Amino acid sequence: MTPLALSDFALITCLGAGRAATLAALRAGQSGLAPCRFDTLPVDAWTGEITACDDAPLTGEWAPFDCRNNRLAALALAQDGFMGVVEDAKTRYGTSRIGLFLGTSTSGILQAEQAYKRRNVQGLLPADFDYTRTHNTYSLAQFTRAYLGLHGPAFVISTACAATSKVFASAARFIAAGLCDAAIIGGADTLCATTLFGFHALGVMAQGPCRPFDAARSGISIGEAAGFALVERPGPQHGTGTTLLLGTGESADAYHMSSPHPDGEGARRAMRLALEDAALAPEQIDYINLHGTATLAGDAAEDRAIAGLFGNAVPCNSSKGFTGHTLGASGVVGAAISALALRHGFLPGSPHTNRVDPEFASNYLIAGGPARPGIIMSNAFGFGGVNCSLILGRAA
Amino acid sequence: MIRLFVEGIGLRAPGLEGWAASAPILAGQAPYVGAPLNLPPSPLLPAAERRRAPQIVRLALATGAEALAAASRAPEDAATIFTSSGGDGETIHNILSTLATEQRELSPTRFHNSVHNAAAGYWSIATGATAPSTSLCAHDGSFAAGLLEAAAQATARPVVLIAYDVPYPAPLSGVRPISAVFGVALLLSPTQGPAALARLELAVQPEAAPTPAPPALEALRNAAPAAQSLPLLAALASGMAHTITLGYLPGMSLCLHISPVAA
Repeated sequence: MTPLALSDFALITCLGAGRAATLAALRAGQSGLAPCRFDTLPVDAWTGEITACDDAPLTGEWAPFDCRNNRLAALALAQDGFMGVVEDAKTRYGTSRIGLFLGTSTSGILQAEQAYKRRNVQGLLPADFDYTRTHNTYSLAQFTRAYLGLHGPAFVISTACAATSKVFASAARFIAAGLCDAAIIGGADTLCATTLFGFHALGVMAQGPCRPFDAARSGISIGEAAGFALVERPGPQHGTGTTLLLGTGESADAYHMSSPHPDGEGARRAMRLALEDAALAPEQIDYINLHGTATLAGDAAEDRAIAGLFGNAVPCNSSKGFTGHTLGASGVVGAAISALALRHGFLPGSPHTNRVDPEFASNYLIAGGPARPGIIMSNAFGFGGVNCSLILGRAA
Repeated sequence: MIRLFVEGIGLRAPGLEGWAASAPILAGQAPYVGAPLNLPPSPLLPAAERRRAPQIVRLALATGAEALAAASRAPEDAATIFTSSGGDGETIHNILSTLATEQRELSPTRFHNSVHNAAAGYWSIATGATAPSTSLCAHDGSFAAGLLEAAAQATARPVVLIAYDVPYPAPLSGVRPISAVFGVALLLSPTQGPAALARLELAVQPEAAPTPAPPALEALRNAAPAAQSLPLLAALASGMAHTITLGYLPGMSLCLHISPVAA
């Protein structure tokens, strides 16, 4: 692909609100995970909760969109001067020439969970439940498009945990096809009983914090996050060091609805396609931000995929020990952490991982530190066997 | 403007069972008779998955398979774009009902079936296709959104667009009325191959009134978001050139020019 500039971005995770707080936590190796307070679970689960959601209702004209997921989107948009970035882009391109491609897995389903508990004697939902503006999968983009005053093409990609990686690929295609000149991409996923009890039912919730790639890993810790980025063609305004989107790779496992191919075939294929898209060889990748959710099967499959393609030459690790698995938001969180590593010259560590599984062959990095990565791959894989790899770099 | 070629069509809706049977109805050469849609278990799926696959998945698989077969394309050769205005209401209702009880014990199968990309997952398992696949949503504009993403991808390779909606059970039906099952699939290709039926030129434009469906099908067009495809299907069935407008989002519509290619 022709590289695109990832001109600016904003995010919020349990590490903090905005890039500076995220960067400080990453450099300090400080995890944002804590015992779950959001709900009462039958296991000792930890989560990456953002309590700021509780006190940030959408009000006024945005009140009909009020739900935890759209609140978190608004909180992310308020970070890092991003609203101003969008205003500048609107001035340069016009509101109908900026695409909006967002990802989520569960959107505002928490609102529907609460509404079901308030059904009346006839079984009807309460009148204040706004399905379209909260629960529907598109709600996130409907809200964001109105909130940002955009009039271009828009949709929500909902491919489980690979959703906010695939938005990068869609944006690149839309810009290449001339359907828009720039795009706001990203997304949000927030805590809800559906995912907490769903992953518990699958038996993949960790006791205590998740431990990616650890010999003693026992499953995931769910986190919540939102992130947004502006992507556009590189221009004179983009100086040396601008973060670039160099390639994307997508594949399907064709194997199982909720388990990865044991050899990581689909994952490897997505990574290989991303390398081809960026016209790069495996040895040109300086660091891989893994999907690494800390499930027994998922980490083993990704390790095999990495080892098959890169051997043990490339340092890699997962950031899930920092943020938890932010599900549909994990793609944009991984990309944002990768962009911070490129811009600020460091590699993150892997909190809560104490001893890498001795069966694993990849070059898993437990301790982070100063480094000068120039090109980074970021992985996200999801239910239904959907895989997406991104490659980010720096303008020379 | 993006130019592509339609190579195959799949269709499953009340009274519209398959493209061959439906084309005369869409072209106004045969009467439309709405009848409950019969969706047998998909022969594509392994036995275990066949039992677990919800109706919405069977709908998506049936339409996608028809479009591929019509184009004589192998599943592996085509990227897939699945678009639905909200996914599987039956599964979501079941999960929400369970979460409103004291025990809150979810079925793991139901949980993995609840993801918006469940149909895409079953498709790739059923066909063995490892090609890129995306699943998206734009509420009532979901068909147009899927068509745009398909067009953007079909500049490089053949793609199957599969758009599908199924009515929600109560009480969700009260807040999201979808009154018909509707599934449509289009095999779109960047170049004119031997199976090409029509050329499609597509562009975004400022919002304009959408082209209605033929009168007998206009009620169906408004019964499910995927049925917004009916004016396009009618144009394809007519064998003549048409320019139509599809509804998409506030402020934006899609303009489509459809022209037949010589057989």
